[in-house]
Amino acid sequence: MEFFERFAIPHPSPAIYASMVAIGLVTIAIIFGLTYFKKWGYLWREWLTTVDHKRLGIMYLISAILMLFRGGADAIMMRAQLAAPENKLLDAQHYNEIFTTHGVVMILFMAMPFIIGFMNFVVPLQIGARDVAFPRLNALSFWLFFAGAMLFNISFVIGGSPDAGWTSYFPLADNEFSQSVGTNYYMIAIQIAGLGTLMTGINFMTTILKMRAPGMTLMKMPMFTWSALIANVIIVFAFPVLTVALAMGTLDRLFGTHFFASTNGGMDMLWANLFWVWGHPEVYILILPAFGIYSEVISTFARRNLYGYKSMVASMVIISLLSFLVWVHHFFTMGQGALVNSIFSITTMAIAVPTGVKIFNWLFTLYKGKIEVTTPMLYSMLFIPLFTIGGVTGVMLGMSAADYQYHNTMFLVAHFHMVIIPGVVFAMLAALFYYWPKMFGFMLNEKLGKLGAWVIAIGTLLAFMPMFFSGLDGQARRMYTYSESSGFGIWNMISFVGALGLAIGFALIVYNIYYSFRYASRDIGSDPWDARTLEWATHTPVPEYNFATMPQIESVEPFWDDKKNGKKLFKDKIEKIHMPNNTGIPFIMGVLFFIWGFSFIFAMWIPLIIFTLAIFGCMAYQSFENDHGRYISVEEVEETENKLGGKR
Amino acid sequence: MMKELFPRKQVMGFVFSLVLTAVALLVYFMDMSFAVGMTILLVTAFIQAGLQLILFMHAGESEDKNAIYISIYYGMIIAIFTILGSLLTMVWTYQIQ
Repeated sequence: MEFFERFAIPHPSPAIYASMVAIGLVTIAIIFGLTYFKKWGYLWREWLTTVDHKRLGIMYLISAILMLFRGGADAIMMRAQLAAPENKLLDAQHYNEIFTTHGVVMILFMAMPFIIGFMNFVVPLQIGARDVAFPRLNALSFWLFFAGAMLFNISFVIGGSPDAGWTSYFPLADNEFSQSVGTNYYMIAIQIAGLGTLMTGINFMTTILKMRAPGMTLMKMPMFTWSALIANVIIVFAFPVLTVALAMGTLDRLFGTHFFASTNGGMDMLWANLFWVWGHPEVYILILPAFGIYSEVISTFARRNLYGYKSMVASMVIISLLSFLVWVHHFFTMGQGALVNSIFSITTMAIAVPTGVKIFNWLFTLYKGKIEVTTPMLYSMLFIPLFTIGGVTGVMLGMSAADYQYHNTMFLVAHFHMVIIPGVVFAMLAALFYYWPKMFGFMLNEKLGKLGAWVIAIGTLLAFMPMFFSGLDGQARRMYTYSESSGFGIWNMISFVGALGLAIGFALIVYNIYYSFRYASRDIGSDPWDARTLEWATHTPVPEYNFATMPQIESVEPFWDDKKNGKKLFKDKIEKIHMPNNTGIPFIMGVLFFIWGFSFIFAMWIPLIIFTLAIFGCMAYQSFENDHGRYISVEEVEETENKLGGKR
Repeated sequence: MMKELFPRKQVMGFVFSLVLTAVALLVYFMDMSFAVGMTILLVTAFIQAGLQLILFMHAGESEDKNAIYISIYYGMIIAIFTILGSLLTMVWTYQIQ
């Protein structure tokens, strides 16, 4: 292709030109707004250069919610196209791009930052730390994730989006069949974001192992911290596989190697293998912290301690091992023999055992609890039956012989949405409502919140239950249309109505945020839910140093014991506090990586070399910089504490 | 006195790792079957890695040696299962030519 041709969109349509104009206008509006209200300095000092885990957490959450709406728009377009047979709303190429970006955006740029955002905000508070182990690395993680996400998101207006599915199987993803730069976007953008995630994994493993408050042994850690630890262990062991696979794919597409080609000794199935060696543990990276959130919420609102703490921990450790032993069940139909399929069927079903242990632990926690149905609790209660539908159909898919019937149909699509939406999305929404007062100092409206939860739950059922039926009838996934005589029309129409229901549900949450921001009371104290763990023991808003003095931990629920059993948490006197300085390097590196990735995608080698050198320059500068952080004096800490209502 | 200061263990380890390197190099210079060559490479590689970790990276000498060993074993288990599983799936039983 000619150099400039590559920047054109392969399938121009009015919708895409309209988006181009919209992106341009929004960018101008943001720049104008920041200048008009003189917020550039504030933005730079307080947010872009921050290394504070709480602010990074909030930035992750904002990105996740933005990406939720980007991926949601994709979903609505897909369901609208399929709502009627022989529909002409989207052409085949456009539809391919939309389901590809929907998958990538929802998994990597929505679910991941949601989870990492809550890990960032909650984990250091739960273990009584002042920040994570490597605050600057944490900022770099965020900016790499953000650069990757933004790079991926501009693909549909510059050069065309990837169109080979979120799994990007070769040989389809090779140059021969995917000629536009779309799949280059996939390889490079995910690579950059993945590097950020890998750094997060290392960072949080170190934080949780090394920075717990005095007295907090491993078996006294709150359950969300445990789930974060396990998830980060899985990140550290699984993400390098993705890094390598993406690098090999990039070499194939841009440098003419034949790792995944079907000719010259290449092996196209090796991509599928490597992708799922990462991809299946990734599922557990998402679901385990979500389970951690449910554990916190259920124990708080059942007003009793979590049932079966040790078995919860043990089942997560077992899941972390088993999650690496099941990946072949994603491609039972691709040519390996019955022996291999049987082996991986058995490991797949084995993983249902520790998961079942967790479900029963929650049920036993609810049993004899004084259940209070708040919005986060409502999401947790809705999670159990809805997730079970996804789980049971998962066991059906896990039987390799039967899988030949379900593979690549809407049945599979229905299954993983029924797992991910109740499992991960409900948990994130529960966490959003649960931690909102700690983050922003006011509570979200309960009435609107519960209405939203019901609308989203019903929308989920309406959108995905019909797919089980049309899938069993043989509707293939990733097909942009179907004939009227197939009889799929009615199921897909119901799905479309469900998708609209989900859109209304999420709109209700946005309205709830607006409504509560305007009208909610700011006088809520620091522990509005009467919770049990350490993150509620500090002030709201949380001071930058988190805790004025280190808490002394004696049990799993130290804050509860402090409140009800008179075991004092904070015994020390205030001393000066050592904190890290802000730094602009991570943000600058994020920008450099963005341009570096863009140059790579379009094979512009000279800018690529320049920006590679610039990135190494930043790393060298960071290595030789002599910055020992700063101290907050005792007077300053006392002043802050008094302003927030006195030292605890 | 001198005997205590002399890093006997480290020097021995260094010599041993040189020997291991030399043995691995034999695979290149000598004429042997693929299976024998691969076996020699794998065995020497694992001993070499263990030597480096324990002797030169002081894996067993700090307070958190349990955490270090657990993560090494965990990583090894996952790596072995991944490699064997991939070979099983993609090479040993793969049916499409």
